[in-house]
Amino acid sequence: MNAMSASAIDTEPRAIVEVEGVSKIYPGGTEALNNISLDFPEGQLTTLLGPSGCGKTTLLKIIAGLIPATTGAVRVDGRTVTGPGPERAFVFQDFALMPWATVLRNVAFGLELRGVARSEREAVAEQYIGHVGLKGFEKAYPHELSGGMRQRVGLARALTVNAKVLLMDEPFSAVDEQTRRKFQEDLLELVARERKTFIFVTHSIEEAVYVSDRIVLLSRRPSRVSQIVEPNIPRHADPEDIRRDPVYLDTVEEIWQGLKKYLDEGI
Amino acid sequence: MTLNIFGGKIRVPMFCSLIIWALLWEVVGQSGASFIIPPLSAVFARIVEIVPTASFADALWITGKAFLLGNLIAVAFGVPLGVLMGRSIIADRIFLPWVNLFLSAPLTALVPVIMVIFGLGETTIVMTVVLFAVWIIVLDARAGVRGITPSLAEMAKVFGANPWQAFSKIYIFAALPEILSGVRLGMIRAVKGVVIGQLLVSIIGFGRLFELYSSRFLMEHFWALLFVLFAFAFTLNEVLAWLERKVDYYAATRHQ
Repeated sequence: MNAMSASAIDTEPRAIVEVEGVSKIYPGGTEALNNISLDFPEGQLTTLLGPSGCGKTTLLKIIAGLIPATTGAVRVDGRTVTGPGPERAFVFQDFALMPWATVLRNVAFGLELRGVARSEREAVAEQYIGHVGLKGFEKAYPHELSGGMRQRVGLARALTVNAKVLLMDEPFSAVDEQTRRKFQEDLLELVARERKTFIFVTHSIEEAVYVSDRIVLLSRRPSRVSQIVEPNIPRHADPEDIRRDPVYLDTVEEIWQGLKKYLDEGI
Repeated sequence: MTLNIFGGKIRVPMFCSLIIWALLWEVVGQSGASFIIPPLSAVFARIVEIVPTASFADALWITGKAFLLGNLIAVAFGVPLGVLMGRSIIADRIFLPWVNLFLSAPLTALVPVIMVIFGLGETTIVMTVVLFAVWIIVLDARAGVRGITPSLAEMAKVFGANPWQAFSKIYIFAALPEILSGVRLGMIRAVKGVVIGQLLVSIIGFGRLFELYSSRFLMEHFWALLFVLFAFAFTLNEVLAWLERKVDYYAATRHQ
């Protein structure tokens, strides 16, 4: 395992998720995606960024296998996606926690569905509850937690099933600004530690530049890939330094210039 | 209710109006204006008298059995059907017109049909209870499932739930506030069902007692029995409404 990841750093990482010519036309004729082809390199955090309603969530849900593509195909780990699978986990914008279940059961839910024995799945869940900083809240119910804490539960649930690919649909958008920043910092740590592939949807340029290895800019509906940006920011620096780094600020500006034309068209 | 007395406002509890009506009843009853209205105090005395009797206990046992059995069948059949209709458009198209039809139909008229099919026995009473209770349970379970946050259904799918797991671990619980309110409304209708069924069959349970009391003009007995039934229905409603409020946060994601 260590030898493998060491050699992976030297060579170009392989594409674990391949999106090939995907279009999506909703019943009723709304064209959300137009012939999108994209590769997502293994072990990196790729962000889908674009104006509101541009179909980035649609693309994410097609990758998740939640909605079928009208044309084209998605391959994960070489296999064509026909529905959800254990190699992918999802973090929802509105958390999607079961209000009647404790944090522990919510986090262990993926394993519960797979029929893992109670003591075993709860041991795994407890470990990830600790990782996301919720130790001591195992017996709490979602309505007793703040928005930020709820999303940590959602994150822990996605980590517990040990999927190779984590799909995150605007995970921090329902969380207040201070919590958001802390979350972004924690996410960077998580990416470094977990060595998983993250596909992240956001409409915040700053957030995208701060957390991403690669940013895919999508155009307005029907969405196409308009640009791919690879922010070359030192990830190991202090969070405050990153936010003041000239490369960070320049990348934010570059993306803003790229997206601005869609806004002008929209008005 | 607030009253203006001597310039100051005094809050009068709601049950005060009940006391006024009870007093009025007592006065009319004592005056002997009509044999149909005996004094309220006599009715309450009669409740104390007939509740411990064997014939009352017998009637209560038979009625309670039919009531519970009928409700169990209605829930066991109605909840899964409602969930199915909430999740599947095809099932919804097939069943919804019938459910709506039976919900608004004068079901009492159907009881003789049930009597022909199941005979003049307890089965008929049970089926009458089912007939009265089931439709609102179906409709509320359907509404509950349709109201589930879409992401919760997606969550079940993404983490690999099969249809049975999605039903038993997600839909039932997420729709529980609506399902319980359907069960509560169903039970109130079931009280009607059980009484109407027994009255029409009239040889069983409370129906037999009602028949007995009214044919012999035992109005105090008659009212006493009615009061007991009213109290029963009211208590049932309150208990279920309390349960409903307790699980309301299950639907919390919908209220955000």
